[in-house]
Amino acid sequence: MDKKVTTPIHSSARRNFLKQSSAMVALALAPPTILKAGDKKVEDQIAGYFEKVPVKLEINGKAHALSIEPRVTLLDLLREQLHLTGTKKGCDHGQCGACTVHINGKRVNACLTLAVMQGGNKITTIEGLANGDELHPMQEAFIKHDGFQCGYCTPGQIMSAVACVKEGHAESDDDIREYMSGNICRCGCYTNIVDAIKDAKKGGKSL
Amino acid sequence: MENKLKEPFMPPIDRVDGKLKVTGAAKYSAEYNIPQMAYGVMVGSSIAKGIILSMDTKAAENAPGVLGVITPFNIEKPAGYNIETSGNISATKKGFNVFDDKLIRFSGQPIAIVMADSYERALHAATLIKVNYKKDSFQTNLEKAIPVVKPLEGNAFKDYTRGDVNAWKTAPVKIEAEYNIPIEVHNPMELHAITVHWETPDKVLVYEKTQSLMDTQEKIMELFGLKKENVHIITKFIGGAFGSAFNVWPHAVAALIGAKQINKPLKVVLSRDQMFMNVGYRPQSIQKISIGAQPDGKITGINHEAISMTASYQEFTEGIVNVSRMLYDIPNVFTRYKIYPMDLSLPTWMRGPGETTGAYALECAIDELAHALKMDPLKLRLLNYSDTDLEKQRPYSSKYLKEAFEIGSEKIGWNDRHPEPRSMPEGDWLAGYGMGSGVFIGWRGGAQVGARFTADGKLLLQSAVTDMGPGTATAMTKLAAETFGISPDKIVFEMGDSSLPPGIMQGGSGTTSSLGTTVNNATLSLKKKLFELVKNKAVFHTETIHDVKFEDVVFENGQMMLSSDHTRKMSYSDILESAGLDNIEFIEETKGFNNVDYSTYAYAAHFVKVLVHPATGVIKMEKIVSAVDGGTIVNDKTARSQIIGGVVGGIGMALMEEGVVDNRYGRWVNNNFADYHVPVNADVPHIEALFVNKPDPILNPMGSKGIGEVAMVGFAAAVANAVFHATGKRIRALPITPDKII
Repeated sequence: MDKKVTTPIHSSARRNFLKQSSAMVALALAPPTILKAGDKKVEDQIAGYFEKVPVKLEINGKAHALSIEPRVTLLDLLREQLHLTGTKKGCDHGQCGACTVHINGKRVNACLTLAVMQGGNKITTIEGLANGDELHPMQEAFIKHDGFQCGYCTPGQIMSAVACVKEGHAESDDDIREYMSGNICRCGCYTNIVDAIKDAKKGGKSL
Repeated sequence: MENKLKEPFMPPIDRVDGKLKVTGAAKYSAEYNIPQMAYGVMVGSSIAKGIILSMDTKAAENAPGVLGVITPFNIEKPAGYNIETSGNISATKKGFNVFDDKLIRFSGQPIAIVMADSYERALHAATLIKVNYKKDSFQTNLEKAIPVVKPLEGNAFKDYTRGDVNAWKTAPVKIEAEYNIPIEVHNPMELHAITVHWETPDKVLVYEKTQSLMDTQEKIMELFGLKKENVHIITKFIGGAFGSAFNVWPHAVAALIGAKQINKPLKVVLSRDQMFMNVGYRPQSIQKISIGAQPDGKITGINHEAISMTASYQEFTEGIVNVSRMLYDIPNVFTRYKIYPMDLSLPTWMRGPGETTGAYALECAIDELAHALKMDPLKLRLLNYSDTDLEKQRPYSSKYLKEAFEIGSEKIGWNDRHPEPRSMPEGDWLAGYGMGSGVFIGWRGGAQVGARFTADGKLLLQSAVTDMGPGTATAMTKLAAETFGISPDKIVFEMGDSSLPPGIMQGGSGTTSSLGTTVNNATLSLKKKLFELVKNKAVFHTETIHDVKFEDVVFENGQMMLSSDHTRKMSYSDILESAGLDNIEFIEETKGFNNVDYSTYAYAAHFVKVLVHPATGVIKMEKIVSAVDGGTIVNDKTARSQIIGGVVGGIGMALMEEGVVDNRYGRWVNNNFADYHVPVNADVPHIEALFVNKPDPILNPMGSKGIGEVAMVGFAAAVANAVFHATGKRIRALPITPDKII
């Protein structure tokens, strides 16, 4: 491969520009004591400030006005910045479904979308599924049918399961299996997951 | 008085941590937020073997937010972290300590940790490191290594001989075959993660994904020269592990060193691709089996030889061939096990280590013999059923494999199977039935459990154990409820913290046996203490009983009652109150059990029906029944999930899982979930898990034997045998992918 092509010219150029310009801003604004420190820390803080983008979004019914670096995925925003760790990271490549959340009611892998793309959107995570202390019928059904063991894929499975029923993709066992195949469960609880989804669906409660 | 599980059993209970898991409130090792926490990203080597000549870390160090970069060139070894190495490649068989030398032993070996104030900044900076290597020739191909590399020597590799090693050769009916299993990777859904917080220079709090709190604590104590009370490990939840979370892996040590250096709490999470070369795998194996039998089906001799692999720098062994020494009643047995050091990372235990590998080959070979004999494979197994352990020359404490065969074969409809291969078409598909049996040792180690019963009727139990998914707290809660006679919702089983009374590792199918025994003994102690607290025992006295003894009372529904007259009773709370106590608190300790007079094994009988599409080679799992003799089942609901889970692991092993290394570069090819296939929902039919549920009288007071591993052992053979029955094709190299069928 041609080495020139692999160098991310654009991003590094932008980064350098930001660092240079931030140094200039620092020079103009900073009191002399900090300037003397003349160090990377100041540069870092200012670089960080310039690299962030304002985003307004709604998570579990709560409005958030955030300032986010454009490269932050929705998954990392939830887990690392908002400490909503119910949404799980299993692969970071959209291959396992552990990070499934609802964006405007549709299931999405949170690792495959950048947080800055979600401006104005309504996001529901596993933490927002229950009605206070009252579990969502799908959560109840997963407990009743033991649709999990280690519990790590479970939030993603449940978010996916709720969407699966709403999409009309839970009309038969085979349907459920097909449309739940984007959520890997390495403990292998698929038999119980199918039972849980069927039960929640026929339970008649609003999903 | 005995404290055995009562009949009829209390109905199964839901997982006690279910609500935490379905709401996202369960916290795994990467999910603790500590103020000022930094993020560490590991950098792996891009060559398989050689020496690092230089590393340019300047760009990474100067990148925004970076707090530190540690490499073998700049490491400041913390006190106690002082491991000698000789510095040349030939002398590497003494383990691998991260950043300790400049040798590369495998592709992806951690060579740097980059720490920054955000995950994104650390991740970016990690890409800026430039490395200059001197490459060395390497070997990652087991087949090519065999003729040129010397296998390891030692006690683990001594041949086993019973009777005449040539017996199989002179038998009138014989088969000989070679079976191959590729590398398989645990791939738990949770990425291995560690969060480290040095509270003082010699006191550390660690959130680590570990199946053994005590071993992890000890290893960190040793590595950093710390006192036990200053190493605090918390593992409240584990997102699956299957054997990958026993070792303190290099990334965890790097995190400990890094957090110390930057003097900030530090979190390190491996990426999925890093999980393939940093936290172990099931090693590749090549097995040769030769069996001879009389025309009536009586097996006269078996030879089982296995070749497998380990890392160049550390030995890993597992009992692959052991299964052939004891599963059947065979007078003449020879087994051989060799491993070759490879330029790959260290393999480790993976669900049913040894047995899963060995039973696949043995149970396929038994099926081949049945075909050669023109005999029903189930009948052949029953004909050679072993009633005593011929290897150890002692009886089994219990063996209900026959019963498992019975209930399993009936449920799948084994008797409707046409014996001839390729004789059961179903439309465009070919149907086939296959079976395989599994075996795994039952054992019991020592464990401590803290118990506190309070006047409000609640029981708190504590033990330093972790749970990777089977539901240890649930099983212990159910057990305590049954043996102490209170409702499960009055019980809290607290675990996942090294400061609790030392428990046992979670693994080897021994947690319930070991910990359950101590819980059982704790509730017995509690009952005795309650009995002793009753100073005025007149309430229990009748015309015939004037001096009530412990043996005369029973404990049910929170009441101590006279067994012959349940109206004479006293509630536990009243007993405490009348004794003027708020609670009873103590630590129960039970030593491990040295099982010398008996052999204890759990068994599984797996039956499957597959449909094979001859034109495309597609294989569909159509029906699965797994019947298990795991002794008494403590909590049926969660136990069933363990069996289902083991079976799904078996489907992966049989049909899709294959770790592929590009031997030109010694590098992983398919280190992600898109390319390393594991079963998804659509691959799995409804699985029937059945239990014989008869107590083992020897191993522990519950009568349980352990089920986590045996659920998977022998399953892949059942699938392979079913594929043969469907198509007449014997595929002896896993996974059985469509290309091998057509």
